Amino acid sequence: MTGDTESSIAELRGATKRFGDVVAARNLNLSIRRGEFLSFLGPSGCGKTTALRMLAGFEAPTDGDIYLDGQRVNDVPAHQRPVNMVFQHYALFPHLTVAENISYGLRQRRPKPPAAEVAAAVARALETVRLPDFGPRRIWEMSGGQQQRVALARAIINEPKLLLLDEPMAALDKKLRHDMQIELQTLQRQLGITFVLVTHDQEEALSMSDRICIMRDGEIVQTGSPRDLYDRPKNRYVADFVGKSNFFAGRVESLEGETAKLTGPGGLSFIGYAGDGVGAGQPGLASLRPEQISLTRGTDGVPVSVVNRIFLGEHTEYLVRNPDLGQFLILASRQAEAGEGNLEPGETGSVRWRDGAALILKND
Amino acid sequence: MTPRLRTTLLLAPATVWLLAMLVLPLVVVVVFSFGERAAAGGYTPAFSFENFANLGARWTAFKNTLMLAPVGTLLCLLIAYPLAYYLAVRADPKWRTLLLILVIVPFWTSILIRSYAWIYLLGGQGIPKLVSLLGLGSPRLINTPFAVLTGIVYGYLPLMVFPIYVSLERLDKRLLEASADLGSPPWRSFLQVTLPLSMPGVATGCMLVFILLMGEFLIPAMLGGGKVFFVGNALVDLFLQSRNWPFGAAVAVALVVIMLVTVTAYMRFTRRWAGGRDDVSLM
Repeated sequence: MTGDTESSIAELRGATKRFGDVVAARNLNLSIRRGEFLSFLGPSGCGKTTALRMLAGFEAPTDGDIYLDGQRVNDVPAHQRPVNMVFQHYALFPHLTVAENISYGLRQRRPKPPAAEVAAAVARALETVRLPDFGPRRIWEMSGGQQQRVALARAIINEPKLLLLDEPMAALDKKLRHDMQIELQTLQRQLGITFVLVTHDQEEALSMSDRICIMRDGEIVQTGSPRDLYDRPKNRYVADFVGKSNFFAGRVESLEGETAKLTGPGGLSFIGYAGDGVGAGQPGLASLRPEQISLTRGTDGVPVSVVNRIFLGEHTEYLVRNPDLGQFLILASRQAEAGEGNLEPGETGSVRWRDGAALILKND
Repeated sequence: MTPRLRTTLLLAPATVWLLAMLVLPLVVVVVFSFGERAAAGGYTPAFSFENFANLGARWTAFKNTLMLAPVGTLLCLLIAYPLAYYLAVRADPKWRTLLLILVIVPFWTSILIRSYAWIYLLGGQGIPKLVSLLGLGSPRLINTPFAVLTGIVYGYLPLMVFPIYVSLERLDKRLLEASADLGSPPWRSFLQVTLPLSMPGVATGCMLVFILLMGEFLIPAMLGGGKVFFVGNALVDLFLQSRNWPFGAAVAVALVVIMLVTVTAYMRFTRRWAGGRDDVSLM
């Protein structure tokens, strides 16, 4: 049996990994598309690293299969897989120079490639990660950000079918991390290599990925584009994990096609796309993104009092309170506020939201 | 109290100790080496190079030391490395401490007693008898270089095992994953990653064993039976038996010079091995 080699470069088919009694990954099914940037996103211990390590060949699945480019690779050891990894703490060889680290992969090939060829490839790789002339340096002479580029160069020089990145930005400071994210994305488009990133940072996953695979407790919860996950989360876990959201419990009044109507606290109604397992007449949950709610000084909406206000530059985040809805967040753009000016904490106003702005989810 | 004064006070005991127990005796030995033997033994002041010119008379002791010390060090290394590797990498962490203790246990008994045990084991009633009972001839083991080497490896093995164990235990296992990830099979990862990164431990172990072996005298005296003797044995003989202190001093000075030269050369070599890193400690 072979995979669908046309569009998928790698596949997990029912891949399960047990360590003794602990199930690190359960029945993972995922097809990684050729040339895409895919992220595994989830909190620590959700199985995302195990998934990555099964692709790399460091862990063999207890059950299920791993396919690479149409070949079943369950029994192929890591050193024979056309896959390379950027390790969390880079795992650069401290006894080798930058150039020797980068050329390591090429030098493992048999027959050995000519030295001149290797040197040229190293020079190109250093150029790609913007570290020209750093070849003769020692690893411990490099900063964290530079080490990361070396780790990246060491992996991409081999032109792997999959480039696996295990929380590669975790050790960098915020500013550097942001620069690196942009650089990685550019690099991925430039090289056309399929990138698989593991991260617990939702912003990182949202900004870089073509698709995100959200995991929890060793299982895949939902896979989709960042926009899909944001607009059409399957359940509360995804809605909560991807972006901020307000949740209001209530009863699902009706379900027509993909649209459900929920009556929430104080008889307020929420209408929007229905997630998995939503049924009419059952308890449900309305998810409303802070930017979907508008706040005005008027009185023709749901009355609220402003509890707190955080100025975020282009946006202002309000924490407001309503006797029925409790406290919830509103994100107001500067533009929307231009006419009326800011509401101060303690002032009252009213909020409204469009029909269809909410998401109706199963309450679990 | 100024920090400077505090430093001085804290270093004072060690300084006094080193001056009294190392520098002063060394000066005495050097001075003696240029002197002459008194009629009744001991030392009379003089200034002659005769003692150094006579060093050739103790050539066998130097030859034995310079052959058996490096060979003993090498044997220790060859036996200790796989053992340390097993302990640090392969052994079940549950048993690791116990296994490490087993390596040290022999140290709880005096080397003298353990050497007596070897005398018996290698002597006529020991292993040779067993071999002859099996009809494989009757080899002579005691009082041979083989006996001395056996004693050396047995006695010094833990000194080699521990530094190597520490360097292997500290080795970041992710580096081996990185090596595999980049296409290197396990045996090549060992040669390209594990071995070079454990060199500091190897260097330390070799240094410890080699330096101590150069001054060894107990093991050759007991297992070499006066046939395989080291410079250490020559010194004991010169100072205590024939009481030719000036000549003994010259032999001692020669040994110190040889050690300085070999150890310096060795450090140069290992530093180059470690790629010029300053943070690789040798001792």
